[in-house]
Amino acid sequence: MAEVSHESVNVAGSLRFRLTLTLIGGAAALAILLFVVVRGYATQIAQQGQDSILKASVTSILDAAILRDGVVEVDFPYAALLMLSTDSDDRVFYAIYQDETLLSGYGALPRATTGASGGAAHRTARFDDATIRMATASRTLVGADTRTVITVAVAQTQDAMQVTLARISRNVGLYGLVFFLLSVLLSFWATTTTIRPLQRLTDSITRRGPKDLSPVASPVPVEMASLVASLNRFMARLDTSLRQSEDFIAEAAHRVRTPLATVRSHAEATLQRVDRDENRQALRSMIRAIDESSRAAGQLLDHAMITFRADHLERSEVDLVDLLRDLVLRFAPVAEMKDIELDIDGDARVVVAGDSILLQNGIRNLLDNALKYSPVESRIAIRVTSAPAPTIEIRDQGPGFPKNNMDALIARFSRGDNAKGIIGSGLGLTIANDVALVHGGKLTLSNHPGGGACVIFSL
Amino acid sequence: MRYLFTLIFAFWPLVTGAQDWEDQRFFPGGDEARTLRILSSTDTSFFAPIIERFQLEYPAWSVQYLVTTTSEIDQVFRAAPDAYDIVISSAMDLQLKLVNDGFALELVGMDHPDWAQWRQRLFAFTSEPATIVVNSAAFQGKPIPRTRQEMINALRQQPDLFRGKIGTYDVRQSGLGYLFATQDARASETYWRLMEVMGSLDARLYCCSGQMIDDVASGRLLVAYNVLGSYAAVRRKEDTRFEIILPSDFPTTMMRTGFVSRKTLHPVAAENFIRQMIRIQGAGQDSPISPLPPLGPSPEETNPSVISLEPALLTYLDQLKRRTFIKEWMSAVIQ
Repeated sequence: MAEVSHESVNVAGSLRFRLTLTLIGGAAALAILLFVVVRGYATQIAQQGQDSILKASVTSILDAAILRDGVVEVDFPYAALLMLSTDSDDRVFYAIYQDETLLSGYGALPRATTGASGGAAHRTARFDDATIRMATASRTLVGADTRTVITVAVAQTQDAMQVTLARISRNVGLYGLVFFLLSVLLSFWATTTTIRPLQRLTDSITRRGPKDLSPVASPVPVEMASLVASLNRFMARLDTSLRQSEDFIAEAAHRVRTPLATVRSHAEATLQRVDRDENRQALRSMIRAIDESSRAAGQLLDHAMITFRADHLERSEVDLVDLLRDLVLRFAPVAEMKDIELDIDGDARVVVAGDSILLQNGIRNLLDNALKYSPVESRIAIRVTSAPAPTIEIRDQGPGFPKNNMDALIARFSRGDNAKGIIGSGLGLTIANDVALVHGGKLTLSNHPGGGACVIFSL
Repeated sequence: MRYLFTLIFAFWPLVTGAQDWEDQRFFPGGDEARTLRILSSTDTSFFAPIIERFQLEYPAWSVQYLVTTTSEIDQVFRAAPDAYDIVISSAMDLQLKLVNDGFALELVGMDHPDWAQWRQRLFAFTSEPATIVVNSAAFQGKPIPRTRQEMINALRQQPDLFRGKIGTYDVRQSGLGYLFATQDARASETYWRLMEVMGSLDARLYCCSGQMIDDVASGRLLVAYNVLGSYAAVRRKEDTRFEIILPSDFPTTMMRTGFVSRKTLHPVAAENFIRQMIRIQGAGQDSPISPLPPLGPSPEETNPSVISLEPALLTYLDQLKRRTFIKEWMSAVIQ
């Protein structure tokens, strides 16, 4: 049903799609942000780890420096370089300077300005085709009559760091991906949950009967309150204006029918008194036109009544066979005029719970149609059965329904098309169909293979 | 062609700067133009089986095997790193420094335990303890000392017997001797006491293990300290005039290492040679091919005194450290 309604709606985009896309996009952006931030932080931590080991190494070498008889000795411990062992066997370089002069180690190592107040300075540099991280620190040795500054630089390649960083990147990337996938699932769930009240409202409106214009009563979220309020107000206005127009039509039909009856009786009286053939002919045409008009007015009244009664159905036990016998008796004069035989067969009693006035009205319109389209000296077969569902089948020997127009005829059952004011047999079928629908049944039109129209009214 | 090659070979020492080699041997292969040049501190007789095995598999290749001391290797190779394809040495510290300084080629995908290689460039292929070698006759009827402390006691009890008849490496000349000495000193203070006792008994100083073994066997020496166990073990098979003592307090163990020069002209063949070599010397296997001992089991489990391949080996190569150590060592040994 929802798909059908799309046909007449200008659809642009989807709330669900937009919401899901926004959430997934946000999750992706967050996942990337998470990756970048955590990786950056991890890099910093790893670098700090390497820096602190380098600093410890520098400190332990510097600590071993002593002035003995004016000569600098640096008997640094084995651990000073041992602590720089890594899983990736990083290369190690160091240099010991006394007042800017190389004492020992790698003289080609880039110089670094030492930090103020004896703290170690760290820097990253290139040395011998490798990226190295180095720490440098200084210490002043005071001898008997000399002062000398010892500077120690220790450097290490970053192979183990790269391995650590690659592992961190891989793990953080994995976390980010898992986070993203969970977010995607979550956004689907969140979207569905958010859309659900809208879906519920759509369902409740779609499931309504054709004439139900009562306000939406079920609770809706606050964001939908104004929409539903507008909808309710709109439906109330529509209901009022529909009632007004139906009342108006009924009133108009009623007012037209009474003067028409007066005109008809005057015309018949006049017909008795005139002798000239052409005048009589004119009067007969006049009477036929009046009949046609009053019949249409009657149908309009019927229709208005059905619309009114549909909301307040008065169900009672009705015997369809009895009802049909009554109608046949009433139509007997018309039938005799055209030499049409009206047969009823089927079950002896078919009792249904329904509104007898509505049922009579609907079936009368069907019989009326059948008589109208039946040729002279023909037969209308009426069959009433109770199983499987109470059904009335009316078959005539007329020309049948127009084959290519059958769907249009059925489509005309709808109120919208009916409101265009096409008065005629179409309204008769509409009335019958409406009656069937309010009783939970349906009207089926077909053409009998042997000729003639066949209408099945089932409840 | 063959004539030309012979000519080049004849003048080879001139080409390489007239280096004085302890020993050198040419192992001819099928194609004279393809020669692997190996710079080594290992005696030719110990290493020849590995070369011959290599040539069995790669018959086209010739091998020029050049032997000199560990400290010479360091100097010679640093001076001309493109003149040699493979460097084999027992001085782990010098080897590690060469690799640390970027002289070695990375060999990718070598299946070698982590503790026996460094940076996928330096590969250890033997486990050789430093031993004490004593003259059998001198210790006849006496308990043979098993630890350094027992050795100190034995020397002190009979100073006159041992005076002038004990020997050890001259750490100033021998890279391996220096490595053993520094690692001993790092492990225990007993080393310094032993050196002081040996110094007081006029210890004789040697460049190489082979000469120390010769002198102990002949009786010129009664005790030699820090003799390369692998050499002594091979000699002991034919010569029973001496005993080998593996000090049970801490047997300092060295691993012989090799690497491919980064400037090698034959990277593939050199890599194949190293692969072949470490396969022959594979950890734990009894190797009948070469007289060199195989690579031992993981040192963490059995022997914590195995010198490990780590940048800390650079420590005692530091000029200041070396100066201080040698000074201390000389004041102990040369009195």
